Amino acid sequence: MKHLLNGIWKENPTLVLVLGTCPTLAVTTAAMNGLGMGAATTFVLVFSNLFIALLKNLIPDKVRIAAFVVIIASFVTIVDLTMKAFTPALYAALGVFIPLIVVNCIILGRAEAFAQKNKPIPAILDGIGMGIGFTLALTIMGSVREILGNGSIFDIKLVSESTKTILIFILPPGAFFTYGYFIAIKNRLSANK
Amino acid sequence: MDYINIIILALFVNNVVLAQFLGICPFLGVSAKVETSMGMGAAVIFVMALANFVTYMIYFFVLKPLNIEFMQTISFILVIAFLVQVVELILKKAAPSLYQALGIYLPLITTNCAVLGIAILAVQKNYNMVMSVVYASAIAVGFTLAMVLMAGIREQLENTGYPKGMKGFPISLITAGLLSLAFMGFAGLVK
Repeated sequence: MKHLLNGIWKENPTLVLVLGTCPTLAVTTAAMNGLGMGAATTFVLVFSNLFIALLKNLIPDKVRIAAFVVIIASFVTIVDLTMKAFTPALYAALGVFIPLIVVNCIILGRAEAFAQKNKPIPAILDGIGMGIGFTLALTIMGSVREILGNGSIFDIKLVSESTKTILIFILPPGAFFTYGYFIAIKNRLSANK
Repeated sequence: MDYINIIILALFVNNVVLAQFLGICPFLGVSAKVETSMGMGAAVIFVMALANFVTYMIYFFVLKPLNIEFMQTISFILVIAFLVQVVELILKKAAPSLYQALGIYLPLITTNCAVLGIAILAVQKNYNMVMSVVYASAIAVGFTLAMVLMAGIREQLENTGYPKGMKGFPISLITAGLLSLAFMGFAGLVK
């Protein structure tokens, strides 16, 4: 249970460890994109953690990074092809960031820091926890940007068509601003405890 | 004319860091000093141009004829990791002074998602070989430009006061946001 909760708040990969910043900034233009990206990353994270924990005794130490990358890339390819087939709209929205899950530092970071030192079950739980933490952060950030920039959430309109929205929030600068304030708020909340 | 378009687009309008969000980790991590930013930028320009040349070869002469384009992600990332290692070894032997300057930045490049991202984008855009290398070089110069600008601002920020909660990443991100806002002014520069 500790492993599971760790990733959601105390070591939230997005807000505390500040890993995987590229997809965080790029795909959070809408709540749905954030959720989709989070789900895809979680899938890869859980399975790569599991397989690395299972294979850790077989992988020679010197080539472990290369071996990890191959394992991660295999699962990314599975996600890539699956999403292409079943959710074409989401696939188009996330674009190049799906294959780029492979270089998401969260996944390699967890493989190196956790999975290769632990048994399969804790490794899976760690993957799920980190995945949920990442997904939550992305979905909330996506919601905030979508509400402010587009006046909607999960594509449901909250304001009338003629209302002017703060367009800047769904443009690139808005990503940096939102992310910056999110980390600042998280720091503030953690410091109070 | 095509080439000038590609270069201006890659440098300013679609700046790799500020508009496409690739290579954010090194952008935030290494941009504390102007000098280190220059070093990192030079290493990235070198590796990115080379990586795009090699991945172009792999895609059009190996993956495409064999009809296994879905192996793109795996083969590209392995090639890039391998390439970085080889470049490191060659530089160490052939140009020790250059190695001294770039050495510490090279291993970091493997995890720079911009290298893989740009290689994939160049394939998607159907660029020919020369265009692909020009595109990668221009993107990398844009990366260096953004990083050096950012480092200059951050060096100044050290001497100013800002709220305690904003220390570290938040203030860097807000700064990057303002830079990105400035770069949006370039939109429409090229049709």
